[in-house]
Amino acid sequence: MAQPPATQDRVNDFVIKLANVNGTGSASANTMLMKSIFRMGVPVMGKNYFPSNIQGLPTWYEIRVTKDAYVARSGRVDLMVAMNAETYQKDVREVSPGGFLIYDSTWPRAAVLARDDITILGAPLAKICNENFVGVRNRILMKNVVYLGLLAALLEIDVEVIRQLLTESYSKKPALVEANMKAVQLGYDYAKQHLPCPLPLRVQRMDKTRGSVMIDGNTAAGLGAVYAGATVGPWYPITPSTSLMDAFKSFCSKLRVDPETGASRYAVIQAEDELAAIGMVLGANWNGARAFTATSGPGISLMSEFIGLAYYAEVPAVIVDVQRVGPSTGMPTRTQQCDILMCAYASHGDTKHVLLFPSNPEECFYMMVQAFDLAERLQTPVFVMSDLDIGMNDWMCPELKWDDAYRPDRGKVLTKEEIEALPKFHRYLDKDDDGIPARTLPGVSPKGAYFTRGSGHNQYGGYTEDSAEYQVVMERLLRKFKRARTLVPAPVIEATGTSDIGLVAIGSSRGAVTEARDILAKRGIPIDYMRIKAFPFTKEVEAFMASHTKIFVVEQNRDAQLKSLLTLETDVPKSKLYSILHYGGLPMTSKEIVEAVAAELGDERRAQVAAAT
Amino acid sequence: MSFINKPKVRHPDLPQNQLGLTRRDYEGAMSTLCAGCGHDSVTSSITQAIWELNLRPEQLAKLSGIGCSSKTTAYFASGAHGFNSVHGRMPSIAAGANAANKDLHYIGVSGDGDSLSIGFGQFAHAIRRNVNMLYICENNGVYGLTKGQFSASADIGTRSKKGEENRQAPVDPCLAALSLGGSFIARSFSGDREQLVPLIKAGLMHKGFAMIDVISPCVTFNDHVGSTKSYEFTREHYHEAVHTDYIPARTEITASYGAGEVLPVQMHDGSQLRLRKLDKDYDPNHRGKAFEYLRTRLRQGEHVTGLIFLSPGHDPDMHEMLHTTDVPLNQVPYEQLHPGAAGLASILKRYA
Ligand SMILES: Cc1ncc(C[n+]2csc(CCOP(=O)(O)OP(=O)(O)O)c2C)c(N)n1
Ligand code: SF4
Ligand SMILES: [Mg+2]
Repeated sequence: MAQPPATQDRVNDFVIKLANVNGTGSASANTMLMKSIFRMGVPVMGKNYFPSNIQGLPTWYEIRVTKDAYVARSGRVDLMVAMNAETYQKDVREVSPGGFLIYDSTWPRAAVLARDDITILGAPLAKICNENFVGVRNRILMKNVVYLGLLAALLEIDVEVIRQLLTESYSKKPALVEANMKAVQLGYDYAKQHLPCPLPLRVQRMDKTRGSVMIDGNTAAGLGAVYAGATVGPWYPITPSTSLMDAFKSFCSKLRVDPETGASRYAVIQAEDELAAIGMVLGANWNGARAFTATSGPGISLMSEFIGLAYYAEVPAVIVDVQRVGPSTGMPTRTQQCDILMCAYASHGDTKHVLLFPSNPEECFYMMVQAFDLAERLQTPVFVMSDLDIGMNDWMCPELKWDDAYRPDRGKVLTKEEIEALPKFHRYLDKDDDGIPARTLPGVSPKGAYFTRGSGHNQYGGYTEDSAEYQVVMERLLRKFKRARTLVPAPVIEATGTSDIGLVAIGSSRGAVTEARDILAKRGIPIDYMRIKAFPFTKEVEAFMASHTKIFVVEQNRDAQLKSLLTLETDVPKSKLYSILHYGGLPMTSKEIVEAVAAELGDERRAQVAAAT
Repeated sequence: MSFINKPKVRHPDLPQNQLGLTRRDYEGAMSTLCAGCGHDSVTSSITQAIWELNLRPEQLAKLSGIGCSSKTTAYFASGAHGFNSVHGRMPSIAAGANAANKDLHYIGVSGDGDSLSIGFGQFAHAIRRNVNMLYICENNGVYGLTKGQFSASADIGTRSKKGEENRQAPVDPCLAALSLGGSFIARSFSGDREQLVPLIKAGLMHKGFAMIDVISPCVTFNDHVGSTKSYEFTREHYHEAVHTDYIPARTEITASYGAGEVLPVQMHDGSQLRLRKLDKDYDPNHRGKAFEYLRTRLRQGEHVTGLIFLSPGHDPDMHEMLHTTDVPLNQVPYEQLHPGAAGLASILKRYA
């Protein structure tokens, strides 16, 4: 059969997708593949699509080699590494025309699955492993490393970089480095002898990753909590947030141990459920520690009653919601931005909460610190709205920086001297006219004692059922929320100066939006972009909405929750807003944004866009 | 308005404790509970106990859930911070507060509804976690605040005020605590101050989770014939198995007991408990036997009271299990919590 023409040279600009079986050790080989490209100075994006399962179900890993540093999915697959017989049929279909597919030729694949517009390359990976390694488990694991070697040869990835990565990850087990290198070499040699090396898809050294790190959002947020000075971390395990508290605990176990006594300067407490987790967060914050929890949608549902208490009794709290697909249990290992409205108004009665929207791991780190400062300054719960894509995938982002001059903003907490100088302490009195009363901590002075309650209270902290007294406090809470508008981070606006078309997005949609804008701009459709970083919406958000005639709202849920929140909380007329919704559970691609914008802007521009994509 | 501050009137001749404070200084707001409610007697015993313990009010943190019983925390120690949280979730507030500052004394007051139905999970896990606190369950067999529905502690055969019969098996908080590994488990009666005050003192000084189930009759909804938690029934079926005396540290022991009658227990703060066995067969240090004894007596319709179980060994509390520093976590200087810019750079090497 004649080989189809190879794709044109695509140096540092292509997509590899690896189809594996969960629990076979492919994840570490795939991460290493991505990391080796990153170490060669070439920007990469990696996404892991894994099942809610420990072993046996299909899993995919997508790596985009992107010289222009686009961190979103492009929607293409140029090279498929099809290691899962169960999904082979689907995987073959997914390869973009002109692309390549590698499969394990130990067992023949049905010819009927062949496509003549792609190049199919076989390598007897299982056979190689059986001949060279002992033990069933070991052979399964090594198969991943063999294809890593194979890809190194096909894509011209520096084997020395791989060796260096192996040395770093097995620093305590040098024997493993050698075993793995043997597997790499076997794959490499096989490819060199039997396959058309190199492919037109190639990696060529660049210098575009210096000063960057590859880190996942949960790790970065856990580290952020360390730097924020959080000491109490109650939580209940739930995908995709579990690795956040794990990271916090792991950093603390290294950084927070008293050198003399070996005792811990932190308490990570595995609670019996999310109700208890948030209860402990409130108890600890009430008592003057910085405490936080990490969870996902189902956890927030359970926490709702306590969140209302925190709002009304004015107890600081930081809650990270690593969002996953809902409703209900939904798809626990897929990503969405589906808890925006729930978190903005969590709990019964009139409540509103501060939300922060990190767009990548770098912002997870900084926003954790910001969240604690806001929570304590405003004495209220603050949500960090991450998602599975940010939380669990490694993202290339600028190296995290720390300013040693930073000191936590503990808000208005009265000292013993301040309390004792007062004629009388009143917990909810707005003395400074900024909507924020002063609080006291237990154990400091009997004069500062007050009774924290979720039942009706007046501004002096006393129980009340009096309408006027109740409303005084509720109105002041509203003033405090308005004050929050001036304290939360402003949006990032990228304006062309000429366009009256705007696009609004939050969080992990950033990568896809950025690339989509570039594509549209090249075809003469400039669009202004506002990336909202927080709720309540600041005045810049209001101004952007006012100054554009047509505004696309890009978000990852079915019900246009961000759009709803904008119409509820700003003056923008609903008729100006056009939703671009993506909610299937995989991260967004730039392509769908480009197409949706084009469709809305009409035929003429659609043609321009079609030419661009 | 149902919240009334008591006028503070100074009486020069009121007895003072070692801090020079009178019992009045340990009182709280005026109770708004029904006249004769058992919970108010518990309040008064708590007030007495903390006054006698010479605790500064601000060394105490008062925590509760929701219910008539949970209002108790407002009615004593107005110089202590209080946290009236949500229904059934006081244990988690207590655990978090305790995690932040291990140096305060935590006293949680709950009800049988708050602890044994909506909050049964948190109650159980606070015991397992061995949060260092005193946990008082004011047990009246009904939901007082929502007007008299049966609670999970209502005995089989109990009749409600409306005449309905309960046929579900009850949850006994002491049996539950015994099976969950509780290290200090007591039962008492709101009407028996003699017994309750030393138990509260002992519970507050016990390192770990101390639970006192206090039968505390609801005069409005559960004090009729047919109720096993009425004043009359409790008095008639009251069986004190062990009496506890609390002897503060550095006190000369003057009371004399016959040999073999008294079990002295040293507390971690230097104070001493003297357990007087009123039933000579009873062994308050034996979990299995205590369980059996309680169950047998319960079947006979008797309320066994006293310090039912005190763990003979050392049961690590939450902080010991977490191996936290002696400095309370809310007081660790910020500089000791992170390694600064230089530390960050070295952490990030792994990710470059
Ligand atoms: C989530 C929730 N559900 C229901 C209630 C209503 N409620 C208030 S107190 C109470 C029962 C209290 O019973 P218990 O703890 O025995 O206290 P008591 O009033 O008997 O002292 C209930 C059901 C509530 N406050 N919160
Ligand atoms: S209803 Fe019952 S429990 Fe509530 S205050 Fe009245 S007597 Fe006490
Ligand atoms: Mg009750």
